[in-house]
Amino acid sequence: MRGGGDVIVSVASGKGGTGKTLVATSLALAVSERTSVQILDCDVEEPNANLFLRASIERTEPVYVPTPRIDADRCNHCGRCAEVCAYHAIASLPSKVIVFPELCHGCGACSYLCPESAIVEANRQVGVVEVGYRGNLELVQGRLNTGEPMPTPVIRKTKMYIDGQTDNHRDVIIDVAPGTSCPVVEAVN
Amino acid sequence: MKIAVSATAPDLDALVDPRFGRAPYFIIVDPDSMQFETMENSSGSAPGGTGISVAQAIVGKGVQAVLTGSCGPNAYEVLSAAGVQIIAGVSGTVRDAILSFKQGKLASTPAPDVPPHFGRTDELTSGH
Repeated sequence: MRGGGDVIVSVASGKGGTGKTLVATSLALAVSERTSVQILDCDVEEPNANLFLRASIERTEPVYVPTPRIDADRCNHCGRCAEVCAYHAIASLPSKVIVFPELCHGCGACSYLCPESAIVEANRQVGVVEVGYRGNLELVQGRLNTGEPMPTPVIRKTKMYIDGQTDNHRDVIIDVAPGTSCPVVEAVN
Repeated sequence: MKIAVSATAPDLDALVDPRFGRAPYFIIVDPDSMQFETMENSSGSAPGGTGISVAQAIVGKGVQAVLTGSCGPNAYEVLSAAGVQIIAGVSGTVRDAILSFKQGKLASTPAPDVPPHFGRTDELTSGH
């Protein structure tokens, strides 16, 4: 990491409380003394990198998951939506369709495959991405709403702030959630 | 009338499974004739939403009442929306549960009696 060279370093660990955030923030601060750097807090269930960094948050953007809304007038209860939902977020009963928004991953299969075009997608906010600065350092932190079960959409959105594609080649440090499950895979992917 | 009972094995002498969404079998019984059919629950190892899909499958079988050990909030919502009577807290064999039901000894469960993911055995490995 000589600076100016868009290297991405993810700090991860199968065990929580081992010092990931301390290492990630220390790395970011060390780099920021010489050149511009981005740090992403992808531990969106409890983002805490800013406890160490004290960056001032300047922008907050909502994160949405598109979830199905059933048009009861068009629905003929064929059950196709429940059949194609990989996450069991829809129950199709003989005279009623029930949506469980917290199980929905927002894949869009139900609305795409509904033969009656009876499903529209409505955005449901599940969290925010906050952007802050401290000198050469830009902090991007995802924050999942309390009680939401699914952190991956917030992590995905947080990572969209990596500016590798622009001329602004900065090194990127990613603070990853503990464990080895989906949030970790999404963060290091 | 058709009654669905969560069960550990595919026959009338099996034990009532204490879980709803994760029960390996459902025995669907006509309490008058004691004729039954079995429904295998293939979603037992799915990461989530099993109560919902099992409840929908049971509604699709034209069942009027469910006897089980426990019923979480999502399954409860689906079953009650379809007008299925829910009786949780049932144990013993499937046959005895049906007999108790016929004798009017079992009361409806007015609300979900366990939290979400109750029947999961691998809850420590977060399933996002």
